[in-house]
Amino acid sequence: MATSFFTAKVLPLNSTRSADKPLLGQVLLPSSFLGSSAHKLSLNNAFSLQSQRRSNAVVAVSDVVKDNKSKSKSSISNLLITKEEGLELYEDMVLGRAFEDMCAQMYYRGKMFGFVHLYNGQEAVSTGFIKLLKKEDSVVSTYRDHVHALSKGVPARQVMSELFGKTTGCCRGQGGSMHMFSKEHNVLGGFAFIGEGIPVATGAAFTSKYRREVLKEADCDHVTLAFFGDGTCNNGQFYECLNMAALWKLPIIFVVENNLWAIGMSHLRSTSDPEIWKKGPAFGMPGVHVDGMDVLKVREVAKEAVGRARRGEGPTLVECETYRFRGHSLADPDELRDPAEKNHYATRDPITALKKYMFENNLVNEAELKVIDKKIDELVEESVEFADASPVPARNQLLENVFADPRGFGIGPDGRYRCEDPKFTEGTAQV
Amino acid sequence: MAGIIGRTMATAKLSNLNKFLVGSRVSASRTYSSAAKEMTVRDALNSALDEEMSADPKVFVMGEEVGEYQGAYKITKGLLDKYGPERVLDTPITEAGFTGIGVGAAYYGLKPIIEFMTFNFSMQAIDHIINSAAKSNYMSAGQISVPIVFRGPNGAAAGVGAQHSQCYAAWYGACPGLKVLAPYSSEDARGLLKAAIRDPDPVVFLENELLYGESFPVSAEALDSSFSLPIGKAKAKREGKDVTITAFSKMVGYALKAAEILDKEGISAEVINLRSIRPLDRPAINASVRKTNRLVTVEEGFPQHGVGAEICASVVEESFEYLDAPVERITGADVPMPYAANLERLAVPQIEDIVRAAK
Repeated sequence: MATSFFTAKVLPLNSTRSADKPLLGQVLLPSSFLGSSAHKLSLNNAFSLQSQRRSNAVVAVSDVVKDNKSKSKSSISNLLITKEEGLELYEDMVLGRAFEDMCAQMYYRGKMFGFVHLYNGQEAVSTGFIKLLKKEDSVVSTYRDHVHALSKGVPARQVMSELFGKTTGCCRGQGGSMHMFSKEHNVLGGFAFIGEGIPVATGAAFTSKYRREVLKEADCDHVTLAFFGDGTCNNGQFYECLNMAALWKLPIIFVVENNLWAIGMSHLRSTSDPEIWKKGPAFGMPGVHVDGMDVLKVREVAKEAVGRARRGEGPTLVECETYRFRGHSLADPDELRDPAEKNHYATRDPITALKKYMFENNLVNEAELKVIDKKIDELVEESVEFADASPVPARNQLLENVFADPRGFGIGPDGRYRCEDPKFTEGTAQV
Repeated sequence: MAGIIGRTMATAKLSNLNKFLVGSRVSASRTYSSAAKEMTVRDALNSALDEEMSADPKVFVMGEEVGEYQGAYKITKGLLDKYGPERVLDTPITEAGFTGIGVGAAYYGLKPIIEFMTFNFSMQAIDHIINSAAKSNYMSAGQISVPIVFRGPNGAAAGVGAQHSQCYAAWYGACPGLKVLAPYSSEDARGLLKAAIRDPDPVVFLENELLYGESFPVSAEALDSSFSLPIGKAKAKREGKDVTITAFSKMVGYALKAAEILDKEGISAEVINLRSIRPLDRPAINASVRKTNRLVTVEEGFPQHGVGAEICASVVEESFEYLDAPVERITGADVPMPYAANLERLAVPQIEDIVRAAK
């Protein structure tokens, strides 16, 4: 029988954080899954009471709920966001979009090179999740990581310099488009291999648990988000980590950005059961499906999942149905996707949807949004100028940073690096 | 005491004195029982793990059967009882998964020790060893270092067949960003494992199953809990002046025995225990070759692109004028390991092969 190594007790949490209370009685509007029959999902079922049952019971959202007078999400009495939050979300999504568009321009001008994978269309997922995190929470991503890094707080100029390969980039030009790391903002990459980031994210969540349980840092409730795509859900490492995360109740959220295409391979052609959220319950964690083109819906689901993880209740699998407006990478001619499908999703642009919501509910007016648009344009322009003006790495940077240990001789008995011990370098230290 | 003097003199050309000291060390071990205890490699590794785990609460062990089973080869015996299930974690059979989890934990400063039941199984996790551990410090420009140790038995055991017998020193030794260590004696095992655990970089620690049960004398200094050996430094286990024999792991034992046989025939062989495959101690090897002018490299792995090939290239590049004869490589046979005992014997270097090559 699988027993968790860590206690299944719920952590005490100061309940003033409203984000942690499970939403009661709210039914989300059905989201269309490939235009097929809608699933009606209830958050209430997914999270609150059942998850506290200690067993490995399936806590997932797999029932069709009777649609009892579904409240429209735009009813005046319970708006999902305040004005400040709305502006923050809007700014983040516009930053992501403007940045990626600029990347495309720069690529075709030859300033950027190699593999560049753009995130246009999927901003709602990144913004919806990452804007709920603290600085100490970590994010692990794939090669499509520019916007994850930006949402987490890495300055745009550093990301742009990194893409240009300049020494002022967040990884001094040594990482590149697919390997964005930032220790300060806890962005753990940036992995090119499909599925590689998932075990690393699980390890980061493990560290959070270890710190609390073994190192006795009682307030360590950091969560980790692992972002990956639909193609990754057929990879073995994904299942290995679902198993271990649920087994050890790790504070991680597995976010699937299901954009239906893995380069040119359609999700339906490659997967025996295309509904990815169903794979969560098989491992004993809730599986939720959400419309990834609507940042507010994503944010609501994310609040629940992050809250669950922070309380120590374990992992969640969230499938976000989303779409990328551009090809897989800038080298992809994108011939296999049906233009009708692209148009359908273009009408569901997350930025336009958020704008519409905010106007309808009188949260903002046109002028305020224009101010933000202008600000972001200037920011992105400035980051390009900064990157252009930055120097390329010096030649001796080639051999730097291979090891953390300066000369590779390890650490001596006194706890310092051996190469700092003068007796060692003279060859007289006894070994 | 005598043991310590013997070691510091190792690089001096005092082979006569050395022989005297070896003899006196043996007699000293009978009179001063604290000076030279015997310890098996298994106990050496276990004690190193134990001491490092008690010294630093961030160290934890993860692997298959390391906990309740006390370790597939009993290396982690007793650790579960002492440190609890949060620090000695039994995993499901998910090499890629738990290796990646270890790497993710190491990103945050914990110090995982990932045990592979044999290094053959590390092939299922090699993506994480190389791509997310070895390359991370470079890709993040020094922001994220990975203080992780991957350890387990490497190379051929007895009769375990082709999929359990490969030697991975050459594969991991080729990768920048990794440190690769291969201990021979108990003292090597203790010192290098401690150095590996304390090290801020990913270390691949290649043990050998057949050496686990072998006993070696250990000095009092090696038993101290702060003892550690430097990485990247080889050790001359035996002084000589006619031919240099380099080896690592189990082959060091074979090389020493071959050296004794050669000694009776008047050929004085210098045996170098590499200890560290990456970084390779090129200065020590070249210095030795410049002294003896001949080189035989011994290893258990496959010949093409092996450790011996790298040593040979290094010596040819740096000490070409000093070589009196071409470098001889003794390696495992260029076949997957056969099962039949006599064929297996043919596929792995034996002492006679070393002797023959040296002549």
